[in-house]
Amino acid sequence: MTPVQILFIVVAAMTLGAALMVVSSRNLVHSALWLIVSLFGVAVFFALLQAGFLAVVQVVIYIGAIAILFIFVVMLTRKIAQDSGPRFNENWVWAIVVAVVVFAALVWILMGWQGWSTQLAPLGPAADPLRELGIALVSPNAYVLPFELASVLLLAALIGAVMVAWERK
Amino acid sequence: MFDPINSIANWLSALLASWGLSTGLVIFIMSLISIVVIAVFVLLLDIFLVWVERKVVARFQDRLGPNRLGPFGLIQPIADVIKLLIKEDITPDGADRVVYNLAPVIALATVLLLWAVIPFAPTFLGAGLNVGVLYIVAIGAISTLGIIMAGWASNNKFALLGAFRTVAQVVSYEVPMVIILLIPVILARSMDLQQIVQAQNVWFVVLAPVAAMIFLITSIAEIGRAPFDLIEAESEIVAGFHIEYTGMKFGLFYAGELLHALTVGALVATLFLGGWRGPLLWISPLFGVLWLFMKAFFLYWVIMWIKYSLPRIRIDHMLSFNWKFLTPLALTLLIVSAIMDKILGRPGTAIYTIGMLVTNLIVICITLIILNKYAHIERQRVGETRPVASPDQAGVSMPRQNSSPVSTIH
Repeated sequence: MTPVQILFIVVAAMTLGAALMVVSSRNLVHSALWLIVSLFGVAVFFALLQAGFLAVVQVVIYIGAIAILFIFVVMLTRKIAQDSGPRFNENWVWAIVVAVVVFAALVWILMGWQGWSTQLAPLGPAADPLRELGIALVSPNAYVLPFELASVLLLAALIGAVMVAWERK
Repeated sequence: MFDPINSIANWLSALLASWGLSTGLVIFIMSLISIVVIAVFVLLLDIFLVWVERKVVARFQDRLGPNRLGPFGLIQPIADVIKLLIKEDITPDGADRVVYNLAPVIALATVLLLWAVIPFAPTFLGAGLNVGVLYIVAIGAISTLGIIMAGWASNNKFALLGAFRTVAQVVSYEVPMVIILLIPVILARSMDLQQIVQAQNVWFVVLAPVAAMIFLITSIAEIGRAPFDLIEAESEIVAGFHIEYTGMKFGLFYAGELLHALTVGALVATLFLGGWRGPLLWISPLFGVLWLFMKAFFLYWVIMWIKYSLPRIRIDHMLSFNWKFLTPLALTLLIVSAIMDKILGRPGTAIYTIGMLVTNLIVICITLIILNKYAHIERQRVGETRPVASPDQAGVSMPRQNSSPVSTIH
């Protein structure tokens, strides 16, 4: 086993364990902190796949913005942060059934995929994935339309937020 | 060329390879050694920073500062550290133990992580990330987390208020900071800090003086130093997020803040003041380290100068300064810089430099004109006579004989 494989297994266990703690922790802030550990694990996967840009963006967006927003909202509701009621309601059987079915379906679909055994060529030293990603995002032959659509959507959300918060005199 | 660091590194890796270790293991051990060397160097510098901070603040306040222990009081920080280490370590009742103890570690570790991407010399840097600039933003996001964890886990109202203020301040000031970080990226055509330094034949502070100023201001807000020290405002919320921390746990926060200030100095130096660039580099790349730290310490001194000269600003002023002034200005600058960059063509030519400088000066002039107009309107608004506690403003119906308040405030 190569060191990268050992690292992958350790990080995968960490990510999954943290994800389990997110849903099973009784304290909402602890859940949010475990979520950060889990998201950080995903960032490590991106780094292991030589996708440095995605790894850093994962940390900036998911930990820096979304998780901190979660914690902030939870902190503002300190009274209900500690959950003392039962953790499961009567639908837990159905939840398990749906989860198992979805997981089995995913495994079944992935079993048919041929990409497992193909060995990918490592990136050469001259290749700059960041530059290629940047060009692809604004190139008309690649992803300029989805990119611009996402930008317009975000701008609309931004204007919408301003309109909601606007104080009419 | 005298290059001791790389010579030692080459000698050591050759030695390890001669012992029969595999190439991967040698690279791993060498990375580990370089991490330890950089971290220890920066942490030792941190102890020295305690002395610098105390000495400089003393000079600003017309005092002498520490001068009893050793020459110029140089042994004073060692005594400070020993004092912090032997103090009682208190965990408040009802605190969230794990999160409470983890918070100071994250606060200091995130600052150390920033040094991984700062290029010390042309041949000497921790990690040549091709997303270095974005990495700085990511680490900044994690350092916010340390403060929030400290504030929440302390089980203290003031600590929680400090954490709220932190989120309001740091997350807000991240917006203009991220926008402004794109300007050196545009000028250097790269997010790699080493390439940004190499592209600075003309320092970027000449090409983008306004961007440098905004980056410095937002960075000071990120550290939470005066005039942005609302996070730990002593007169309002006692000490903010670190109110319950004693001994070395407080020491870690303190060390983290001091080191963060120097790190910001190093970042501004790298992004805008040419990093390790300077004369005598052909003799030894070690001069690069010297130039970088001279620039970093100069900026550290500027940050202290601001800290000890300006009073704390009010929280609503802090937020409107960010959202109504810095963010629009940063966006304008980014758009203008991008357009001018396309018009002026290749960086490095005299036309490019002068064009960028003139553009920045025009932006400054327009900003000042708009600010002047706004100040005029604001002065008139504040100067208007206003009735005190008028019933329709308060939303309460009052008896008729009381509804003629005439006293005014100015």
